Amino acid sequence: MKVKATDREGGQHEITFHEGDTLMVVLTDEDLGIRAECGGCCACATCHVYVAPEWFAKLPPPSDEETGMLDEAFEVQPTSRLSCQVLLTAALDGIEVTVAPDWD
Amino acid sequence: MTEPRVTTDVVIIGAGPVGLFAIFELGLLGLKAQLVDILDKPGGQCAELYPEKPIYDIPALPVVTGGELVERLMEQAAPFEPQFHLGQMAEKLEKLDNGNWLLTTDLGQELEAPVIVVAAGGGSFVPKKPPIPGIEDYEGSSVFYAVRKMETFRDRHLVIAGGGDSALDWTLNLQPVAASVTLVHRRADFRAAPDSVEKMRALAEVGKIKFEVAQIGGLEGADGKLSGVKLKSPERGEWVEPCDTLLPFYGLTMKLGPIAGFGLNLTENLIAVDTEKFETSVPQIFAIGDINTYPGKLKLILSGFHEAALMAQQAFHYVHPDKKLRFQYTTSSSELQQRLKVA
Repeated sequence: MKVKATDREGGQHEITFHEGDTLMVVLTDEDLGIRAECGGCCACATCHVYVAPEWFAKLPPPSDEETGMLDEAFEVQPTSRLSCQVLLTAALDGIEVTVAPDWD
Repeated sequence: MTEPRVTTDVVIIGAGPVGLFAIFELGLLGLKAQLVDILDKPGGQCAELYPEKPIYDIPALPVVTGGELVERLMEQAAPFEPQFHLGQMAEKLEKLDNGNWLLTTDLGQELEAPVIVVAAGGGSFVPKKPPIPGIEDYEGSSVFYAVRKMETFRDRHLVIAGGGDSALDWTLNLQPVAASVTLVHRRADFRAAPDSVEKMRALAEVGKIKFEVAQIGGLEGADGKLSGVKLKSPERGEWVEPCDTLLPFYGLTMKLGPIAGFGLNLTENLIAVDTEKFETSVPQIFAIGDINTYPGKLKLILSGFHEAALMAQQAFHYVHPDKKLRFQYTTSSSELQQRLKVA
C-alpha cells in the first residue's frame, strides 16, 4: 500500500505504508522536510499536509484537538490535516497528500 | 534578573527531563549544577508541548503525564539544590585560561564551570515565524513575536494573529494602549481560555477592537515600516488591513540556535558523542538526550537518563582530577544517603 506525497518543491514520492501507520510516520520515512517536532502527539502543528479532496472525504473528521492545533499551522486550507492524526487503512491505499509550507 | 558570574561544577543547558535527571546523577557524585533554559519553567517539551499527555515508557511508571514527570524529577533533584536560570538562551561558550568554560546567556548571565552538559532536546523553543517572503525586513520595527514592553505599542495600529492564549491575552492587554487592535484568526472558534475569548468578543461588539476571521496572505510596506497586512478568507477573498505593527502568535518551534556555533561536531543538527561518556568532540563538553546522536541512538527519555548517569562519571574526573571515584549504591551508601538528605 502506498502514499503519494508531493513535497514543497513539487517532487513526487511514493511511500509504502502498513495498515495502522499514521500518515506522519510514513511521510517522515523519507526526507520531505516534515519536522513533526512533538513526535506525533498533536502538540506542535509541524506535520501539516493538504490531503487531495477526494481522499480527504474518506478520512474521519479531525478531532477538536487537531482542529485547535491547526491554529498553529500556516496557510490552513479546507483539506488541511495534521498527518500524525491520520491513521492509514487499506481503504486509503493511494492517498494523495501535499506537504504544507514550513515555519521559519 | 542576572547575577554576578557564578562558578559551579557543571552547567547544564536545557532543563527538560534529561537535564533534570542529570542534576540527580551529578548530585550523587557530589557535583553541583546550574541550569539554563529558554522557557520560563523547567520541563522542556514535557512542560511546553505535552504537560497533560500520558507517557507509558518511563521505567516503573506505567503511566505518567509530561507535567507529573517533571514534578517528580524536580522532587528527585531537590536535595542537590540546583540553580535555574530560566527565560534565557545559552548564547556564547568560550574556554577560559584556567581550563574552565564560560557560558553567557542572552540576558548576560555568566556561568563558569569545568564541565558543560548540553541537554537541549530539539533545541531552543522560539516563536514560529510565518513563512511570508520579506517578513524579516520588518522584524524588530513592525513585526514582533513577543511583547517585552507594552509601551512599545502605545498609539500603534496593531494586527494580532493567532487563536491561542498569547494572541487573546495580548489583544486584551494592548487594547487600552494601542491606537487600534485587529485580531486575525482563521476560524470563529478559539482554543484560548474561554474567559479571554468572551472578553475579546465583548470588546469587538462595542467596536473597541476588530476581529477578522481570515488568514495572513502577505505584508505591505517599505523600509521596515508596515502599512498593512494582506488578509484572505474563502468567503471574502483578499483585502488589506491597514496597520503599522503585526504581532504573530502561532506558538513555539524548536531551533538549535547558538549551540550550532559552539564548535561541536554536528550530524544533521545533532551533536555527535561517544557511547562511553557521551562526550562531544570537545573535551569537557557533553551532550545527552534528544540532542545527541550515536550509532543506535533512540530518542527516548529513558535513553537520556542512562546517558546522564554515564556522563556524570566522567564529569567527576574533570571536576576532581585528583580524586578517585568509588562506585556506590543509594541502598547501602551512607555518603549517598547524606547527599540525598535521607540519612
